[in-house]
Amino acid sequence: MIFSKAEPIGRPPGVLAILGPKWRTLRAGLRNQRSGAGARAVLLLLLGAGFWTAVFGLAYRVLRYIKGVEEIGPLLAGKMLAVALLAFAAILLLSNLVTALSTFFLAKDLDMLVAAPVDWVWLYLSKLGETLVHSSWMVVLMVVPILTAYGTVFDGGPLFPFVALAVLLPYFLLPTVIGSVATLMLVNVFPARRARDLLSLVALAAAGGLVLFLRVLRPEQLARPEGYRNLLEFMSTLSAPSHPLLPSEWASGALMNWLLHIADPLPILLLWSTAGAFIVIGASLHRRLYMPGFSKSQEGNNTGGARAAWQKRLGWSLGWLPVTRREFVLKDIRVFFRDATQWSQLILLAVLLIVYVFNISALPLYTGERVPYVIVTMVVFLNQGLGGFVLSAIAARFIFPSVSLEGRQLWLLRSSPLDLRAMLWSKYWVGTIPLLILALTIGVVTNRILQAPPFMMFMSIVTTVCYTLAVGAIALGMGVLYPQFETENAAQIPTSFGGLVFMMAAVSLLAVIIVVEAIPVSEQLRAWQTGEPASPPTSLLVAVASVFSICAVATVIPLRLGLRRLAALEA
Amino acid sequence: MIELNQLTKRYGRFTAVAGIDLTIPKGELYGLLGPNGAGKTTTMRMIAGILQPTSGTVRIAGIDIQAQPLVAKAHLGFIPDRPFVYDKLTGAEFLRFVAGLYGQGGRLIERRIDELLELFELDAWKDELTEAYSHGMRQKLIISSALVHRPDVIVVDEPMVGLDPKSARLLKDLLREFVNRGGTVLMSTHTLEIAEAMCDRIAIVHGGRIAAEGTMDALRLQTSSGDVSLEELFLKLTGGLSERELSDLFES
Repeated sequence: MIFSKAEPIGRPPGVLAILGPKWRTLRAGLRNQRSGAGARAVLLLLLGAGFWTAVFGLAYRVLRYIKGVEEIGPLLAGKMLAVALLAFAAILLLSNLVTALSTFFLAKDLDMLVAAPVDWVWLYLSKLGETLVHSSWMVVLMVVPILTAYGTVFDGGPLFPFVALAVLLPYFLLPTVIGSVATLMLVNVFPARRARDLLSLVALAAAGGLVLFLRVLRPEQLARPEGYRNLLEFMSTLSAPSHPLLPSEWASGALMNWLLHIADPLPILLLWSTAGAFIVIGASLHRRLYMPGFSKSQEGNNTGGARAAWQKRLGWSLGWLPVTRREFVLKDIRVFFRDATQWSQLILLAVLLIVYVFNISALPLYTGERVPYVIVTMVVFLNQGLGGFVLSAIAARFIFPSVSLEGRQLWLLRSSPLDLRAMLWSKYWVGTIPLLILALTIGVVTNRILQAPPFMMFMSIVTTVCYTLAVGAIALGMGVLYPQFETENAAQIPTSFGGLVFMMAAVSLLAVIIVVEAIPVSEQLRAWQTGEPASPPTSLLVAVASVFSICAVATVIPLRLGLRRLAALEA
Repeated sequence: MIELNQLTKRYGRFTAVAGIDLTIPKGELYGLLGPNGAGKTTTMRMIAGILQPTSGTVRIAGIDIQAQPLVAKAHLGFIPDRPFVYDKLTGAEFLRFVAGLYGQGGRLIERRIDELLELFELDAWKDELTEAYSHGMRQKLIISSALVHRPDVIVVDEPMVGLDPKSARLLKDLLREFVNRGGTVLMSTHTLEIAEAMCDRIAIVHGGRIAAEGTMDALRLQTSSGDVSLEELFLKLTGGLSERELSDLFES
């Protein structure tokens, strides 16, 4: 009886009722996997197992060594854990800032939940739980093998996983509460979209800073046995940012207390009491500030209409292009630079490149002696491989998602007389030209640092150009073959299954190129360095021609497949 | 201007559109009515070239949209039911981009953009990002985008959703004027009064088929309904709730 009076409800909906649809959506998604899901699951499982084994193996080796250091071994292990947990806490805090904005203010279910008679405290707790899960799962994946290594090396016993869980739950909750409170404050000052822009910028800049900080500490010294003389100095540098009042310190203290059989419950008590107090503070702030903030989050981002002069100049400078291609290129560039969630990734890219160049310059190659040609060749090829990997990662982030980002506007593109080739053409060049400039810059700078001979420099440039053109095409083609039209955040698209397949394809191509070039190039280099008369470079010419052909095929086929798939896509 | 021949769309075993035949000549405003899930939007999206028919053909201005999609689409303006636009473009930039998709640009288009934005009272928002627009403003922007390249045929899905009364009236007048000048409009709507007042001919779609088609008088004749309103005709053809069923709803 639709219009009959409703029975009074016994109690208002709680956390389980609010989060129920999310859980059911996840379950239905897993149940309704399309064909090929089995292979996908096996691949992900293998990759996950490989990753965990690698992290566990590394942590286990380092801990075994450290445990053997007399007297201070356990202390150093504790310090290392504290530093690792501090770094994770920083990542968690940043991740929570961005996630809380989505879950508390931008999620699609909020209109319904806010309009329903849902008690504010249940809304707060359920959204807090959602934020916790979304922002922490990646860190959990990292922490598990590390703590397993600690438990194994220090004989944590069968109860160690439960102790770890009891310690980690408040450790993960604290940044979630702090992140959601900070977001709450921010949204009360700025409209939600502007706040999102600001947050993604701050989060990425801070993440970049963190990576840089960890890199300039030169952790590779740990891997060199002769470097262990400076281990104490190194550990003291590492522990410098830590503080006894930081939750990461309490968490490492609680875990090490268990592992070293020290009966001191203070750290775990501090963790739980602080987490509890923070949740109460967060809840009371939520009660006062959530509704005004939510109301404000519905406002748009008025940017005042001022459009940068460079964008107008760009329009004029592209005047030579046919109108459809010109407007498409302009649209892609405008949308990219106006969306902070997209362009702010450039900060991370810059950090990645600085770290890469720093790594190259830190190689102990030139110590006054003449470097054997084998080493030069190996290092230059290694540089080619690493540089290629960096380029693939950049293509995954910037070119792979470009078609997926058209998802909601596909109705317009499909109903207009747009030649799909023009669309692909625009997306290919808008992505590939900056990638090419970047690739050549990385190649030339790193080869200069490595003091590579002109011949190697030339080969490196030719290979880089061919590889970059191909990798741009593979990224675009795979992006069409594995589109993510429902994803609103561009940063999530490369982490999809298609993104993974793209990275594997790009790395395989890189490996093939290096294998094809390796022997003829090193032969030429040896002849050149030893002053021997160079053998006719037939093998070299064949290798170069093969690389050209392989890259041409790797450029044309993905674009053709992408075009065919694009024509068959329905919006 | 629009010709559908045995147009069919199947999703697996479910048939959304089952062999629709329809011809809409030049200078006619044609209404597509039907309950939710009847196949109206699927039909319109096939006409717009967004969905590919399982079988059958669509001709726009005599051109088969599957054989010559670019030529056929150049005659078409499509207004979808959900106004998704690029959030990070301004209103003027969006219209310029759409004109570019139809291969048009330059001073004439700039003037056309200004005219359309002024007509829909969006001129003050011309240089604002569309993420700041309300639902109705986005809808008006999309209507402008369907007109910017001067199409011969307009396909419009639920045109009045989100529009204020003044804009709704403007759109009605605009579509009527477009038809008077020789254009063709295919419109789907749930607002029966609008269909009755605006459309030259109406088709009632039910279960993916055309249940009845023609002018209001022809529809009454087909269903032997006498002088009844479109609402009563619609309910008769698509099956509405009886009085008894309605009274059951109020019983406690």
